[in-house]
Amino acid sequence: MKMTGAQMICESLVREGVEVIFGILGGAILPLYDTLPQYPQLRHILVRHEQGAAHAADGYARATGKVGVCFATSGPGATNLVTGIANAHLDSVPVVAITGQVARPFIGKDAFQEVDITGITLPITKHNYLVLDVASLPSIFKEAFYLARSGRPGPVLIDVPRDVFIDQAEFHYPSKVDLPGYKPTLQGHPAQIKKAAKLINEAQRPLIIAGRGVIISGAYNELKQLAESAQIPVITTLLGISCFPESHVLSYGMLGMHGMAYANMAVDAADLIIAIGMRFDDRATAKVSGFAPHAHIIHIDIDPAEIGKNVRVDVPIVGDVKAVLQELNKLIISTEHIDWVQQLDDWRKEHPSTVIRDSEGLLPQFVIRKIYEVTQGEAIIVTGVGQNQMWAAQHYWYNKPNSLISAGGLGPMGFELPAAMGAKVGCPDETVWCIAGDGGFQMTIQELATIVQEKVAVKIAIMNNGYLGMVRQWQEMFYKKRYVATPLSGPDFVKIAEAYGFPGLRVKHKEEVVPAIEKAMEEQGPFLIDFMIEPEENVYPMVPPGAALAEVLEEPRKEVPAWSRRSTP
Amino acid sequence: MVTTKHTLIALVEDKPGVLNRMASLFRRRSFNIESIAVGRSEVPHLSRMTIVVDGTTTMVEQVRKQLDKVVDVIKVSDITGDDMIARELALIKVKATSSTRSEIIEIVDIFRANIVDVASDSVTIEVTGDEDKINSLLNLLRGFGIKEISRTGRIAMARGASGSLPVEKKSPKAQAKGQKTSR
Repeated sequence: MKMTGAQMICESLVREGVEVIFGILGGAILPLYDTLPQYPQLRHILVRHEQGAAHAADGYARATGKVGVCFATSGPGATNLVTGIANAHLDSVPVVAITGQVARPFIGKDAFQEVDITGITLPITKHNYLVLDVASLPSIFKEAFYLARSGRPGPVLIDVPRDVFIDQAEFHYPSKVDLPGYKPTLQGHPAQIKKAAKLINEAQRPLIIAGRGVIISGAYNELKQLAESAQIPVITTLLGISCFPESHVLSYGMLGMHGMAYANMAVDAADLIIAIGMRFDDRATAKVSGFAPHAHIIHIDIDPAEIGKNVRVDVPIVGDVKAVLQELNKLIISTEHIDWVQQLDDWRKEHPSTVIRDSEGLLPQFVIRKIYEVTQGEAIIVTGVGQNQMWAAQHYWYNKPNSLISAGGLGPMGFELPAAMGAKVGCPDETVWCIAGDGGFQMTIQELATIVQEKVAVKIAIMNNGYLGMVRQWQEMFYKKRYVATPLSGPDFVKIAEAYGFPGLRVKHKEEVVPAIEKAMEEQGPFLIDFMIEPEENVYPMVPPGAALAEVLEEPRKEVPAWSRRSTP
Repeated sequence: MVTTKHTLIALVEDKPGVLNRMASLFRRRSFNIESIAVGRSEVPHLSRMTIVVDGTTTMVEQVRKQLDKVVDVIKVSDITGDDMIARELALIKVKATSSTRSEIIEIVDIFRANIVDVASDSVTIEVTGDEDKINSLLNLLRGFGIKEISRTGRIAMARGASGSLPVEKKSPKAQAKGQKTSR
């Protein structure tokens, strides 16, 4: 059957199981939008800025495990996607972005709204395509979705010229892909697995560092089995949070720059690190030369290019985490490490990194803990980037699999609201809390209109300290308190919510926190709470930049500073 | 860190943009590509590239792995340590008068090079060989006055019977080798 290019795209999306598209139209992509009404099974969500479309597709993909899809027009539409695409690339999120392009005869001539988006996104996509022949659309879409979701997932961009949407050809959707240059290794090499098992069986102080690869691969049970059978403590990276229940007796929190002191100390003391689905990011390892100085390192990852990239590795295993752990678990001799676990428990007692001090003022840590208590840990938490992100990572207990959505690698402020929207659209039955800072929130605040128009019941908690807080903390600690360009005024966020058409509350005192969160939960639609937190509250523990994990700074046991804050708007 | 010259061989899809994708990975690390030579391979729709870069072994290995990840790249090998045949072709235009021409022809003969074009005041020489041979020839010709040089850059191949880059799936042995990293 003959179809237009636009129909072929919609037909392909349906076949790939796509239900939701986030996007904004424009001239070049108009023929595709004009075809959308023929496919009512494809829900289109009109965002207010293309960055929101890419982050929403990302949040949707992380929450559901499905491929997130976004549309944008040529030129500025496409360039506005770039931050979101880069973010999906760094955090291995399956996203397919479809951009309109000027018609083929105009390409390369600086036509109106023309930009070389395949050139621009070349280093930040897993792969990208410029479609020059309408007949190639089905195989390109088949490949794009396969590439996005398989192996180490990532974003794929398809740039479609305006006249290709209109051209017609026969539609045959291929049943499989033919990519001789792309064969992800799924099964780990048996000899390597055997070597790893030997190291694990011989280790005195083994430690698992689990990353997002465990979540992507769905290896929750396999990880638990490995940890429990050999009594191995588990710590996670930021993106690995919720791959292992934090209430588990073997869970010791997160490592890294703002990880728990005892987790970082464990890395320092371990004689074996079993790194699973993580990539030794510099925020996780701190100074690489001081990382795990006494340990052999086993690294399990699906991406061979991650092996040995940042940290020396003794036993690399390339493969899908779940498949590798299944084989590895067969070779593990059930054992106990009582002294080692006791040591970690002692450190946790001596360095209780997640205890919240008493304070007159409203502490962000307290707010996060109350969100945890009121939601009973059943919510999906979506964070911004900066202090709010670290507090959310530290003070909410993630026992539910895949319950934290946070942008780790790129660290794009403004991720929180559109990503929370995407997560809620993908998981309408879940409670989704968007934890924002007052800085980042103002970067994508326009998506409030989208959540109202599309009735997306996201609950928003703004940690409002009137600063670009994480940078201010660095200025305080490393730049002699010169607060250059970090004090930040904001609008009255409650009035902003009202103006967009939904309710909100401002909270200044501790005792108002729980009632406000409960009110937000009772509300059917979106709800915003503007928490006026201690303006100069810092994130602790902290490993200063350039230091090793063991050189972790803990919260100074100081008197609480007098409660003072700027006048509220 | 000691840098050495590495010879990488890549089998890639014959598609637009492949060269760009690969070059981009070198550019990101500020590697200067010393030479790159591309041509058709024995497999239809696939090209074979020889890339020469200067870098530390660890960094080149890292880039090699990332090149291997490019979807249009079938396989990349670093054959630097292998027993290999490496050749380059150069075209050299040299000033030649009636009095110097015979001397130039003598040198060309010694190098088993060819004169491929003669003009009233110049000759153009075609020479094939490894870089050292071409450089020695250039040194000898320099005194006559070189007007133009065009070099292909290195093309290389491992010695022996087997094709260096099988298209089929990697053997488990090759995979284990690929996983090995140094402490």
